[in-house]
Amino acid sequence: MIEVKDIHKSFGENNVLNGISADFKPGVTTLIIGGSGSGKTTLMKNMVGLHEPNNGKVLYDGRDFTNMDTNERIEIRKEIGMLFQGSALFDSMNVEKNIRFPLDMFTSQSKAEKLERVNFVLERVNLAGKNKLYPAELSGGMMKRVGIARAIAMRPKYLFCDEPNSGLDPKSAIMIDELVQEITAEYDITTVVVTHDMNSVMSIGEHIIFLHQGKKWWEGSYKEITKTDNKELNEFVFATQLMETLLKK
Amino acid sequence: MIFYHFGKYILLIKAVFRRPEKFSIYKNEIFREMVDIGLGSLGIISIISVFIGAVTTVQTAFQLTSDLIPKSIIGGITRDSTILELSPTICSLVLAGKVGSSIASQIGTMRVTEQIDALEIMGINAPGYLILPKLLGGVIMIPMLVIVAIALSITGGYLAGVASGAVSAAEFILGLTTGFVPFTLVVAMVKAVIFAFIITTVSAYQGYYTSGGAISVGQSSTKAVVISCIAILISDYIIAQLLL
Repeated sequence: MIEVKDIHKSFGENNVLNGISADFKPGVTTLIIGGSGSGKTTLMKNMVGLHEPNNGKVLYDGRDFTNMDTNERIEIRKEIGMLFQGSALFDSMNVEKNIRFPLDMFTSQSKAEKLERVNFVLERVNLAGKNKLYPAELSGGMMKRVGIARAIAMRPKYLFCDEPNSGLDPKSAIMIDELVQEITAEYDITTVVVTHDMNSVMSIGEHIIFLHQGKKWWEGSYKEITKTDNKELNEFVFATQLMETLLKK
Repeated sequence: MIFYHFGKYILLIKAVFRRPEKFSIYKNEIFREMVDIGLGSLGIISIISVFIGAVTTVQTAFQLTSDLIPKSIIGGITRDSTILELSPTICSLVLAGKVGSSIASQIGTMRVTEQIDALEIMGINAPGYLILPKLLGGVIMIPMLVIVAIALSITGGYLAGVASGAVSAAEFILGLTTGFVPFTLVVAMVKAVIFAFIITTVSAYQGYYTSGGAISVGQSSTKAVVISCIAILISDYIIAQLLL
């Protein structure tokens, strides 16, 4: 479980996060949604330590991540997997080496054991046999799936996904959403997804946190999101004509 | 502003020397960088060195018009100016352009495509993994390139001198072997090691703190070359003052 307590973050004069608190439970996919500039990516970067909060705490199963030294943080980070918006695969390595990289760095497994794990996670993301392809040879959806495979290679307890289906066609986007949700439930991972995609919200939004002006504005599930009278949330949810028509039906 | 960047640079260097996660992986990376920096730059360094030696000989001969000065001195001047200044400094300036811009753009691209964030999230010491192999590769290979440059420069000087008739082969070799001070080679190696450190770390710093997109990567690469060249020339003067 991840607990975020009263996180504040500003860049110069610009206050991006204004005291956000939230709990993220294992086995549940939590979606952080909000408009551009609402602070969702900043919140995630504060949670994983890519940014340091000005105030507040992030607890990983009770362990205070914000006040840890570098070595203690490294131990927590070995339990974290992350899928980046642009996949962030290493260009110089093929698919197999990308996925094997954290195993090479942190485990003493034999080559055969590592290869077995690589093949297992590749099969899990429906990319069996693509070991020798380089990132430049992959489509956007395949890159995201390799990113997921790399993120779960070390059997993480916590999975973070930053805009996992941005830039993908609807079919690939649904595939990525379903994959994230399946993996979360299957391995009892605490998963946090930052998105502004309403399709994701309606298909995998078991737990949704809506941010507005750097604050937690609303919290609930996809079943509740269309029934709320929260003005800002409604403006976000019904921003497109298609969504308005579909949801009001 | 300068102190802010210098402080950040020192902190980055400190992070570079943190204990590696797995030495075997770093070892492979170091060998890869040695090949990239060393063998990858051998061609351009060879061409430049031969012509630097040739020009030094021809121009020295042009200036020695007095009959009172023996022509063999041309060999001595070519040797000393090559060892002390031309090979280590000119080669390092060229390498700042070739190797430095490559390091800055490589690390800068990794920064803007979130690959460095990915390393950090995995719990890997990103400065160590990305910069240490380049630093060691440079510090090992650039002095070797300078040794090759010295040899080729003198050879170029000899060939140009003899071919143009400015100096005979015997006179050039006499000058080359007379009054040689081995300490000049030590100075050249000290310069090469320090210049290698400057090229790799300044360029890595510029790349590591790139922010934005493709334009920023280009700007970082340019800054890396400019700052490395200035730092090389300043430290060249300081080394000369301290050691000679």
